[in-house]
Amino acid sequence: MPSFLHSPTDKTPTPIDRIIRHRGIVLNGFILLLLVPIPLAFAVWKLAPATVQAVLSSQWAVSLIMLAVSLLIIVHMCAVCILAERKLSAYIQDRLGPNRVGWGGMLQPIADGIKFVLKEEVIPARAEKAIFVVAPCLAFAVSLLGFAIIPWAGEITWPWTDASGNPVTVTTQVASLDIGLLYMLAIGSISVYGVVLAGWASNNKYAHFGGMRATAQMLSYEVPLGLGLLVIILSSGTLRLEEIVNQQATTGVWNIMAHPVAACLVLVAAFAETNRSPFDLAECEQELIAGFHTEYSAMKFALFFLGEYAHMVTASAFLTAIFLGGWSLWPGYDPLAEVHTWWAALIKFNVFWGKVLAVIAFYMLVRWTLPRFRFDQLMSMAWKGLVPIGMVMVIIALAMNTVGLRPDPAKGFAGNFAYFGASLAMNVVVIVVTMAIGARRPPVTGRQPNLPPVQA
Amino acid sequence: MLLEAEKAGAMPSYSIIAFLVLLVVGLAALILVASHTITRLLGLRRTGPIKDMPYESGVDPIGDARSRFNVRFYLVAVLFLLFDVEILFLYPFSILYPRFQNEAHAAWAESLKSYGYTPGFFLATALIFFVILAVGFLYEWRKGIFRWD
Repeated sequence: MPSFLHSPTDKTPTPIDRIIRHRGIVLNGFILLLLVPIPLAFAVWKLAPATVQAVLSSQWAVSLIMLAVSLLIIVHMCAVCILAERKLSAYIQDRLGPNRVGWGGMLQPIADGIKFVLKEEVIPARAEKAIFVVAPCLAFAVSLLGFAIIPWAGEITWPWTDASGNPVTVTTQVASLDIGLLYMLAIGSISVYGVVLAGWASNNKYAHFGGMRATAQMLSYEVPLGLGLLVIILSSGTLRLEEIVNQQATTGVWNIMAHPVAACLVLVAAFAETNRSPFDLAECEQELIAGFHTEYSAMKFALFFLGEYAHMVTASAFLTAIFLGGWSLWPGYDPLAEVHTWWAALIKFNVFWGKVLAVIAFYMLVRWTLPRFRFDQLMSMAWKGLVPIGMVMVIIALAMNTVGLRPDPAKGFAGNFAYFGASLAMNVVVIVVTMAIGARRPPVTGRQPNLPPVQA
Repeated sequence: MLLEAEKAGAMPSYSIIAFLVLLVVGLAALILVASHTITRLLGLRRTGPIKDMPYESGVDPIGDARSRFNVRFYLVAVLFLLFDVEILFLYPFSILYPRFQNEAHAAWAESLKSYGYTPGFFLATALIFFVILAVGFLYEWRKGIFRWD
């Protein structure tokens, strides 16, 4: 055995040991590695400025770069989120969480990945094999489609001009769709197929129930999601996400300030769409083992897991863009709203991701704080609670539109104050009335002895 | 500005989505095939009639999982279909209706008004639509569709 490798009996540290066990050396090495792209980019820029300018002036090239960047960020974010969630849940439950692999458990996602690859893949004998294999792929692939329309950092005007002397402007969005919000809704609806097909193909009763529950839940929460988004569309008059974000940045009124009820509707629906607790009825451990992925093992299970987290990141980015002002720094006057330089875009990109991280942290805190709904409570909340509120909010938005109370990007925060105040006041009225109704007649939950038996 | 760029073919929209779909599906397929191969090569593989049974908490499964299930799941699907179609009617409306307040679309609004299609007409249409929706919703509620207890 070579001297630098560990021998199972000899515990004396070898030279390699001394290097890899030295925290400072390895961490500094990591930081240096992360800094390598900066001189590299600078060198490319100095060697061939014309080529770089030509590439960066093309919207196609920028779109492809943004596609690669955001896809890589989201996939890596999944790994980081899994570790963060395990740590967070551990601290909430007074445990330590993963702390063995790497420094304080930092390399746990890599260990998880290796374990997923090395585990045995079991396909039950009576399962529908083709669908059983395709379902996790579908769940994973669909969850990585939604980010394409997120406007990460607004537009960039490069410091150089094109051949005819005009300024070159590109947008930091993978695809600028004129039906952005509808695309998002469509992708959200497709994501249920992975779950349903997995449940059906497993030929396992738990998985089947999980799949059925997921369908009913996602279908029910699609309606309040649609109604909540309708309020935003009525106020902004467009389906394009970049226009909605621009409007929030220039008017200084974030949609969560003007439409808090719609924000709550969409937030609750987003929790349900991503199958996160307290809406994770499709995989609730106590009743259904693991729900739709009971029969899945190894990498096929990992694909479901990754898909869930990628879906969560995308949903957070979506909520950020629609309600939290996207890349806008703060409500009121945003100094970077009209600045389209590349350094402004870098700041906006970081602001956007900061907000996304905050929403993800909220997702995690909710998961480990609230107990899970019972299924009838879940359905009642969607149909008897959120749908009527959503319809009332749409009618209010319609009325406000008719009297001309809508955001005007040409005016600043002061010019839009009438719209903001009126909208907030209407929302407060709706919240108070809803709470009054709820306090007058508390919801009937559970089987009541005085009710006749349910006709199935 | 973006709209003109898109029409001129400089702004990618659906083509890059198609590329993304191919990329992501390919990625998922690649992960699956690669992991399958690695598991076959490295991992243990023991199968048998007991192991290949569906896992139902150690109890031998009785019958097929794909049997009859509660009709209320179908009712939810039908309800969703109604509501989603209605919401999809409202989406085009809610994009066009705010344009009456928008100076950039003043000519469009004027041309509609000259045919008698005033904002009030559209508002009345939407409200009639909502009344029909609300009546249907209340009927379903009274009928007991929304009882899952």
